[in-house]
Amino acid sequence: MLAVEAKKHLGAFTLDAKFELPTPGVVALFGRSGCGKSTLVNVIAGLLAADSGRVALDDVLLFDTAMHIDVPPERRRIGYVFQEARLFPHLDVAGNLRYAERRAGSPKFVSFDLVVELLDLEPLMNRRTHQLSGGERQRVAIGRALLSQPRLLLLDEPLASLDASRREEVLPYLEILRDQLAIPMVYVSHNFDEVLRLATFLVLMESGKTTAQGGIGEMSLNSGVRAIIGAEAVGAIVVGTVLGTDPSSGLTRVGVGRGELKVQAQTAAVGAKLRVQLLARDLIVATRAPQHLSVRNILTGVVTAVTSDEGDADLIAIDIGSTIIMARVTCAATRELKLAAGLPVWALVKAVSLRAHSFEEAPPAAARPTAPR
Amino acid sequence: MWLSANESEALSLSLSVATRSVALSLPPAILLAWVLTRRRFIGRTILDALVHLPLVLPPVVVGYLLLLLFGARGPIGSWLEQAFGIELIFTRNGAALATAVMSFPLMVRAMRISLENVDRGLEDAARTLGAGALDRFATVTLPLMLPGVLAGAITAFSAALGEFGAVITFVSNIPGETRTLPLALYSALQTPGGDHAAARLAIISIALGFCGLLLSEWFARRVRRLLGR
Repeated sequence: MLAVEAKKHLGAFTLDAKFELPTPGVVALFGRSGCGKSTLVNVIAGLLAADSGRVALDDVLLFDTAMHIDVPPERRRIGYVFQEARLFPHLDVAGNLRYAERRAGSPKFVSFDLVVELLDLEPLMNRRTHQLSGGERQRVAIGRALLSQPRLLLLDEPLASLDASRREEVLPYLEILRDQLAIPMVYVSHNFDEVLRLATFLVLMESGKTTAQGGIGEMSLNSGVRAIIGAEAVGAIVVGTVLGTDPSSGLTRVGVGRGELKVQAQTAAVGAKLRVQLLARDLIVATRAPQHLSVRNILTGVVTAVTSDEGDADLIAIDIGSTIIMARVTCAATRELKLAAGLPVWALVKAVSLRAHSFEEAPPAAARPTAPR
Repeated sequence: MWLSANESEALSLSLSVATRSVALSLPPAILLAWVLTRRRFIGRTILDALVHLPLVLPPVVVGYLLLLLFGARGPIGSWLEQAFGIELIFTRNGAALATAVMSFPLMVRAMRISLENVDRGLEDAARTLGAGALDRFATVTLPLMLPGVLAGAITAFSAALGEFGAVITFVSNIPGETRTLPLALYSALQTPGGDHAAARLAIISIALGFCGLLLSEWFARRVRRLLGR
């Protein structure tokens, strides 16, 4: 468990943050640029002292103004991946990695070789840091942070300075770390796609304050999150279990709520967890059982709420069996179909418009770093 | 050898004094550059002015002050002689001290400029990797400010080769002990018919300076490559 509470005045800006992350897990600090995400991360790392508050990781108190505890950053054992990588220019890649390894605390939970293998660093070892591409720099920075054997990894927009294709060079490695090392991570981002792929937990920040927090599925419905990601990208994120592969279509069948979705997915191992994003704009709502349609996915549910959305549209929240999804329809359609809470509906979505990402819901605890004495 | 015994004596003495001077001032200069750049404390402006004082004072005044402090009867000079048997007056170590004081501001300035350009984010990164204050300074800050340390050392070395006023005031003009190149040149000019000797010494000084410039450029390039710039 990572518990953070911090207040800090910096000129006209005020940070007032409070959140808890069940560990292991990946918490996304999500919010617009300048909302204080980096400030909060610096407080957790100890590079910035909060005016008041506390930071506790598992059972270790790292910072507490009431008890006058302020463990310096070099003894917090918190890894930090900066937006600009911050590799040491006077050392080569191997030198940067060894720098962290030599100063690492114990017990060690990742070996040098494992980090090199997971992040695919072998070909870069003897390069100077200025010879690396943006994506390579971040991979080295991540490896360096891991080799300090941290109990918590902070990632401050590690992909923000990379273009879309370079981002794709780094993201899969972060997914591997999350699933294989089970190290708790705080991931700062204003890009919801990254959050969707990596995070299990989301903390929303608005002008210095943490305004909402919860599981990624729950938070995908949050109005504050919706306001940041925009109407086009709004959609519920649901977690499903792979039931099997449909032999005729080659699509993966995923159990979601009471129903079933057919999606295109990379992994189709039965029982694997998949995270599926159902974009609200891709969902069609019917008040009678639809027939003779090409649509592969039809979920039955009950409308739980209708809220007006920007651009003459409404967001219809539908419970499909202890899971909420959202559909974006025009106000005219809401009126015509008389959509209101309590109405049973059918939600339709094309298999090709679904994006599924695999992830481990509860990673093995064996590899977890333990608190030092 | 095309140099006379007197000339090679003055040349090797100059090099010896300049080397001692740089070795003496390098550690305190690094410390002061760091303190003046990174620390905010009461009296910082006064310390800064004190460091720069030799730059604006006539060298003779510096030599005179050194004589008062480090002379045989001066408070520091008499203590050094009794406690360690170190004699500064009329010795090459004294000459090194005089040149070190004179070139100190130049050295500190070069280091400060370089230190101001060191990305403090890299020090923070080292910190999160578990490096304590001294560790960070030795493994991140110092290597990154190396171009400035080098530039400062070379400037100070050159200034030490040329220092005249403070040296002649503090340790006098003793052949083989404190008569460096500029002092030898001055003596030659004071001697009837010494024009020829003076010209030769001037040429030696010019050649020395030129070699120094080339060497410093070569060093600077190597360091830049080492830092990946």
